[in-house]
Amino acid sequence: MAEILLTGRAASPGLAIGPVTLLTTAVAARTQTGDPAQEKAALQAAIGDATAELAELVTTVAGEAADILEFQVAMLGDDALAEGAYDAIEAGIPADHAWRAALEAEIADYRASDDEHFRARSADLVDIRDRVLSHLNGLDQAATITGGAIVACDDISPSAFLAADWTRGGGLALAAGSPSSHVAMLARARGAPMVVGLGPLSWGGRTPNVALVDGDAGTVILDPEPETRRRFEQRMAEATAARAAAEAGRSKPAFTADGQRITVLLNIAAPEDLAGLDPAICDGIGLVRTEFLFEASHGLPDESAQCEAYRRILAWADGRPVTIRTLDAGGDKPIAGLTIDNESNPFLGVRGIRLSLARPEVFRVQLRALARAAVHGALKVMLPMVAVPAELDAAAARLDAEVAALQAQGIACARPPLGIMVEIPAAALRAEQFAAAFYSIGSNDLTQYTMAAGRDIGAVADLNDTGNPAVLALIAGTVEAGRARGVEVSLCGDAAADPRLTTALLATGLTTFSVAPVAVAQLKATLAKVPR
Amino acid sequence: MHDANVSRSADSFVPLTASAVLVNPVGLHARPSVKLTQLAKSFAAKIEIALDADGPWTDAKSPVKVMRVKAPQGATLHFRVTGADGETALATLLALVHDGFGET
Repeated sequence: MAEILLTGRAASPGLAIGPVTLLTTAVAARTQTGDPAQEKAALQAAIGDATAELAELVTTVAGEAADILEFQVAMLGDDALAEGAYDAIEAGIPADHAWRAALEAEIADYRASDDEHFRARSADLVDIRDRVLSHLNGLDQAATITGGAIVACDDISPSAFLAADWTRGGGLALAAGSPSSHVAMLARARGAPMVVGLGPLSWGGRTPNVALVDGDAGTVILDPEPETRRRFEQRMAEATAARAAAEAGRSKPAFTADGQRITVLLNIAAPEDLAGLDPAICDGIGLVRTEFLFEASHGLPDESAQCEAYRRILAWADGRPVTIRTLDAGGDKPIAGLTIDNESNPFLGVRGIRLSLARPEVFRVQLRALARAAVHGALKVMLPMVAVPAELDAAAARLDAEVAALQAQGIACARPPLGIMVEIPAAALRAEQFAAAFYSIGSNDLTQYTMAAGRDIGAVADLNDTGNPAVLALIAGTVEAGRARGVEVSLCGDAAADPRLTTALLATGLTTFSVAPVAVAQLKATLAKVPR
Repeated sequence: MHDANVSRSADSFVPLTASAVLVNPVGLHARPSVKLTQLAKSFAAKIEIALDADGPWTDAKSPVKVMRVKAPQGATLHFRVTGADGETALATLLALVHDGFGET
């Protein structure tokens, strides 16, 4: 059979070859019988399998996790949940459509609740929905992404991505998606090559066995001819050799070609991202995203769980500065039960610091955890999506109050320096007006808000360019404000790791770059070739 | 003629009603719903709940339907119980609610 070449857009660099794993919650994955009786039986079997699987999972966990799973088991065991689906099947709707529609209605109902606890339970229904769908489709999303596989699907959720093991290679070929999506960021951080926007993944009825993912060129080849495969493997070997050469310089401090020392920091999403990494590769951590703490636990993580996660990162950094960003939910990062659903434009809505100030009971727990962790290392706290100085002032007052409260309780704590993300043009244009202990330029959002071109909209991706002179001017202005006020300025967006932008970023006066661990070696190698 | 006392269906019992305030911190959400429905299912009687004394009434043996009620903390939960073991059921269920579902 002839190989199939698909062209999309590069979302995470690198080359990968491996067996194809189709992740499809779409109808096409399933052969519909067209017979209501058989469709009903298929749904019943899938619900039974999902229940059995959950019941087995319950035995492996304890405490709150077990309670949550028992709740899911109870819901699945209740015929009322599938009632609507069975009615629809009776009317000729295929089982997977019927189940999805019934659960969507239930989920929408939970999400519409005024009560935070009920809204948060919508995540359980999503789990239930997907677990049954995966059995109905004969696929188990999490379980079938084995190490080294090429995942082919329409799009993939961050949690499904994170559930897979990417340390043994593998890559992603997505029909939809965007290079700026959350999953693309995760893929770059984990070094998993990814191509998005391939269009409908049709293979003329046959399932491909092997795929080549070229995350540099943005192409995917299904069932390659032996010669294509041989040439691809040769390129992989060359890339591996080049990477090994760069890795050799990874643990050394970064300098430009003319000897300017550059501070290189890491962006991480969770303490696990640091596993197996030598702290010597960096000068500290420039961005710890904390959203994943909130997504992993069903509900909001408590103070001690948060404090422990922060403390582990500080312990790894071994005295190097660690900048932790307060919860940046909202926009493209909704958190069930916390962020506001159905905003007409979430990117211009209640996200980042706006959400934290609007939800003091959630913000308070995070500030207390951060103040407690601050005694364990050089912790800095940064606020996302700050537009006006009053937001920083309000957050500073709350941090001071929590530090005072902890001290009054006799709990060990320290008041960490409080800085801001500069990612809204308003903040970049008036950076010197903020009483921030440091500035960290979030170039992804700064670019999309300056260019009015969404990160997740493929059609305007060309406009979403950090190298645009307007964006670079805002970066230069922020660097200048930091210099005038004598505070550090770093840049933690994707642009920091993009070799095509390194020269332009150095020209703004920037001397601190924060990148994913996987990008450190290449950044240092690039810097070494560029004069300031 | 059959013996009415032996084959009496739930319908032939007079419904018993009572109410209790939800005192647990998060209302009738996931865990309390599971506890309530498990307890309700241990009785033969027909057991229903409502947020209003006039209904609408919801089957207390269905966790899906109980969750749809979305009873918040501080709400008054009304019970309507019909069946042979109705009195015991009602007393046990009220105790569960008074006890805050074992959550404090």
